[in-house]
Amino acid sequence: MEQLKTIGRELAMGSQGGFGQSKEFLDLVKSIGEARSKAEEDRIVLHEIETLKRRLSEPDIPKRKMKEYLIRLVYVEMLGHDASFAYIHAVKMTHDDNLLLKRTGYLAVTLFLSDDHDLIILIVNTIQKDLRSDNYLVVCAALNAVCKLINDETIPAVLPQVVELLGHSKEAVRKKAIMALHRFYQKCPSAVSHLLSNFRKRLCDNDPGVMGATLCPLFDLITIDVNSYKDLIVSFVSILKQVAERRLPKSYDYHSMPAPFIQIRLLKILALLGRDDKQASEKMYTVVGDIFRKCDSNSNIGNAILYESICCVSSIYPNPKLLEAAAEVISRFLKSDSHNLKYMGIDALGRLIKISPEIAEQHQLAVIDCLEDPDDTLKRKTFELLYKMTKSSNVEVIVDRMIDYMICINDNHYKTYIAGRCVELAEQFAPSNHWFIQTMNKVFEHAGDLVNVKVAHNLMRLIAEGFGEDDDTADTQLRSSAVESYLRIIGEPKLPSVFLQVICWVLGEYGIADGRHSSSYITGKLCDVAEAYSNDETVKAYAVTAIMKIYAFEISAGRKVDMLPECQSLVEELSASHSTDLQQRAYELQAVIGLDARAVESIMPSDASCEDIEVDKDLSFLDNFVAQSIERGAQPYIPENERSGMLNISTFGSQDQHEVSTHGLRFEAYELPKAPVPPRVAPTVSSTELVPVPEPSYSRETHQAAAASSVSDSGSSELKLRLDGVQKKWGRPAYSSSTPSTSNSTPQKTVNGVSQDVGSTVNSKARESYDLKKSQVEINPEKQKLAASLFGGSSKTERKPPSASHKVAKASSHATESSLVPNKAVVTTEVVSAGTNHQPPPDLLDLGEPSATSSAPFIDPFKQLEGLLDPTLVSSTTNNGASGSSNAPDIMSLYADMSTTGQSSSTGNSVSADGINAIFTSGFSTATSTDQGGVAVAQSSQLSKGPNPKDSLEKDALVRQMGVNPTSQNPNLFRDLLG
Amino acid sequence: MIRAVMVINTQGKPRLAKFYDIQAVEKQRELIRSVYGVLCSRADNVCNFIEAESFFGPDTRIVYKHFATLYFVFVFDSSENELAMLDLIQVFVETLDKCFKNVCELDMVFNYSKMHTILDEIIFGGQVLETSSTEVMKAVEEISKCSISFSLSECVCWRLPQMLYRLSRNLFRAGGVDSMEFEVIG
Repeated sequence: MEQLKTIGRELAMGSQGGFGQSKEFLDLVKSIGEARSKAEEDRIVLHEIETLKRRLSEPDIPKRKMKEYLIRLVYVEMLGHDASFAYIHAVKMTHDDNLLLKRTGYLAVTLFLSDDHDLIILIVNTIQKDLRSDNYLVVCAALNAVCKLINDETIPAVLPQVVELLGHSKEAVRKKAIMALHRFYQKCPSAVSHLLSNFRKRLCDNDPGVMGATLCPLFDLITIDVNSYKDLIVSFVSILKQVAERRLPKSYDYHSMPAPFIQIRLLKILALLGRDDKQASEKMYTVVGDIFRKCDSNSNIGNAILYESICCVSSIYPNPKLLEAAAEVISRFLKSDSHNLKYMGIDALGRLIKISPEIAEQHQLAVIDCLEDPDDTLKRKTFELLYKMTKSSNVEVIVDRMIDYMICINDNHYKTYIAGRCVELAEQFAPSNHWFIQTMNKVFEHAGDLVNVKVAHNLMRLIAEGFGEDDDTADTQLRSSAVESYLRIIGEPKLPSVFLQVICWVLGEYGIADGRHSSSYITGKLCDVAEAYSNDETVKAYAVTAIMKIYAFEISAGRKVDMLPECQSLVEELSASHSTDLQQRAYELQAVIGLDARAVESIMPSDASCEDIEVDKDLSFLDNFVAQSIERGAQPYIPENERSGMLNISTFGSQDQHEVSTHGLRFEAYELPKAPVPPRVAPTVSSTELVPVPEPSYSRETHQAAAASSVSDSGSSELKLRLDGVQKKWGRPAYSSSTPSTSNSTPQKTVNGVSQDVGSTVNSKARESYDLKKSQVEINPEKQKLAASLFGGSSKTERKPPSASHKVAKASSHATESSLVPNKAVVTTEVVSAGTNHQPPPDLLDLGEPSATSSAPFIDPFKQLEGLLDPTLVSSTTNNGASGSSNAPDIMSLYADMSTTGQSSSTGNSVSADGINAIFTSGFSTATSTDQGGVAVAQSSQLSKGPNPKDSLEKDALVRQMGVNPTSQNPNLFRDLLG
Repeated sequence: MIRAVMVINTQGKPRLAKFYDIQAVEKQRELIRSVYGVLCSRADNVCNFIEAESFFGPDTRIVYKHFATLYFVFVFDSSENELAMLDLIQVFVETLDKCFKNVCELDMVFNYSKMHTILDEIIFGGQVLETSSTEVMKAVEEISKCSISFSLSECVCWRLPQMLYRLSRNLFRAGGVDSMEFEVIG
């Protein structure tokens, strides 16, 4: 009975293919399938390894058995266990004459060995022999092994044979030889550099398959060096044309598309060849256009080709017709229900947006849908797109979104990535320093340890230097708002180290600057930080230096300093610290407290972190002292290079060298330094340095000098941040755009500039609302707001900035002269607003609330201007908002405002998302139902095929018996495959 | 270039793993595990693509397809097209299905080397070799034919009934006996 069962099982196995295994193997798989835990599985596998080891050491193993053992070992190694004891047997098997055994040997060897394994040398000879074999199957097997096993040292051994095979009569062999050569090229380009012409030659192979195979290496070659392959453009285009026109044999069709993989490869190559080359691109336009027209957008592979065509179009010299076709395809992708197509659509949009930014606008709602999609991949792709289309006008919304997402993910790799993106965007496009600081706070708070330290230093510098304008009150305001926000945050548990350093530095520098907080309050907080993060020395160093600064400011202001008890104990603890850096800081603190107000004032002037510290490298202040000493009979200092005849112990000490030279060795202790160091230098350095690097003070000084020089020579643009965008946003628009020489700009011009801004804002709003009305009636207003804030001015901005602004300037000047009453009124209001902009700017910071009620009343008169004004939205509201906050008496309230609106809008969004989801799911369910229909059809067709139900029943029984996949009830596991 | 092909079942057990660039055994295992970790956390109605840079290094992505109890996973770089890779998975599975008739997980386990043979006819050294499942089948059949003759000459009595069955079927299909078979038997 048992035997019968076994025979039955073997029969069942055999009917599924010829490579059946023995019962032992089945039992192994079965027991692994049934293993309840990892440990149990490991035990089974280890047991199996032991068995195999024993078996392999037996003499005279039949080859069939050996083959099976090897397969079992491959399986074992796939499960992650070492099977190195059997490698030699695999190598031996490759020597066998029988094809099947040889193949098994090669399979095992390619899976076991890496290309630098010692055993490879034993195989090379076999491979050489097999490459010369008459049987093409043997040749193929050897070529297969070549790809994996040959490294740059062994390439020369097989290269001649492989090259010879390029002319083999079987196309399958030629194809594989080409690909093996390609593999050699990937591994070691220099070894095959003289053979690259072969790829060109094979491009003209009679067999389309071989031709297709040459495209892969050519693609790699062209990626590296475009220019030497420009001559092939015509051939590529004609091949693509022939393929697209179905001139290839039917057997190359896949899902009724002609040779899609060849088409894709060709489009990729054309994209490379046509980049920035108008002449080359013109040759491609027709064929790419044909593909757009002919491609079947219902099949997956058709869409793959369409996507590739979009990539090609966006890479080559732009052609309006093709761009139009591409935009059409993108909109089809984005409207599709399939997430895959949406993903491709978003990706394609990101490519096309560089050339024609206006197409983003049509798809704003689709993009927002993708952003709110639960699918992470899609969401990340959408962030990528948003990153590409970030402008000063939408940076706030985009970065807010990114931060929200960053907070809720756990994947550190991506978190680092997106935090970097946030920082980059914020540095590039920040509409205001205040916003920048808030954003950085959020990034630090949630991803602090993943952010580059440089970012923290930039932030500190920004707070210290302000934004380089003369407006001191704004700077002060900025700092006290930073202090407030840090005092709020500081109590939170587990802040990242980098962030704490920033906090400590800012609190030390500006904690009591505005007089709102007492020194004891701030120092208490700093002590808490040092205590709470007692194993982070850098933070402690920052904290103790900050405390020192606070006390120094207090003393120099003439107030009496009472050291808090916890502060006292902290200093005591640190002065006994293992870290010399901490010790030094603690001692410095104690020393500073002991000094009188005047001394402290000169050591530690308040708010002087940006002051230029002049380092007197020649120590000229000691000249008097030196002169006196010489008068009293001391020897003059002889520079090191002139001291040729003296004892050469120059490494010994530096200041005392002349004494050393007289005495030889000194055994008494060195005397204390006579305080030759200027009292100004050292402490000030420690107060202003940004990082407590444990390096000698010299490097600090240079660093400081560098920083200081950057401050001194520019005051405005030399911040390390890339503030060009900000500058434009910040200053009055006419300044930044027209002339750097600021004050010389004519009033007329200024008026134009400003009016242009305001006008365009309103204009864009009007247009937006019009667009939205037209397209989406039932879309949730919150979503529209988001769309407006994301896409609002963004896309049109870049269209033709120079010409547009020119036009606008003209238009508005025209408007000034025109006698139309409403226009005139408008212009006057503009002039007024421009005027107010000059002095205390009005509060126009309405960017946070996309509803923009303040500008709403202006819409009507501006509608008449709509025809005249080309919509340039270079800066719109942000400008005004920015200048508003630059004076900023009520910056905090503004911020509060913004944040509340932000919140409300986000909740609104979630609601709207739900709504959309509902629609979406219903749509999806219909889609799935049709899908099921398809499946059902497939099933019925399969059922009618014949022996299948019985087959599958048997299989099911077997499956249950083996317990491999106990969860599944369905015997026909891939039944839904061919639907 | 295609970096790796994996077939993992829904419980995380690898059924097939092939790396086209060299990876240490432990690293392979770790990669399989991390890929599985991502796959099993994904819902059904999301897209089939995943950014894979966090475990496969820069410029890598994953396309996967879920069939019954198995995930088919292809890892590749930007020189390939995502949708096309999705179709390549389809080609692979279609071929398996043709080869095994209603392929299921069990077939993969018991025909481990045949799986590799099929895969080698579709992807060669990390590049797409053939996308027509009929062509792939032809190539695989040709290799299998040798295996029958080998089995006959090597051991006649082992699993004889099965061999007879397969032989007759193959002869019927091929419409004659290939010269190669004579050679081997002789």
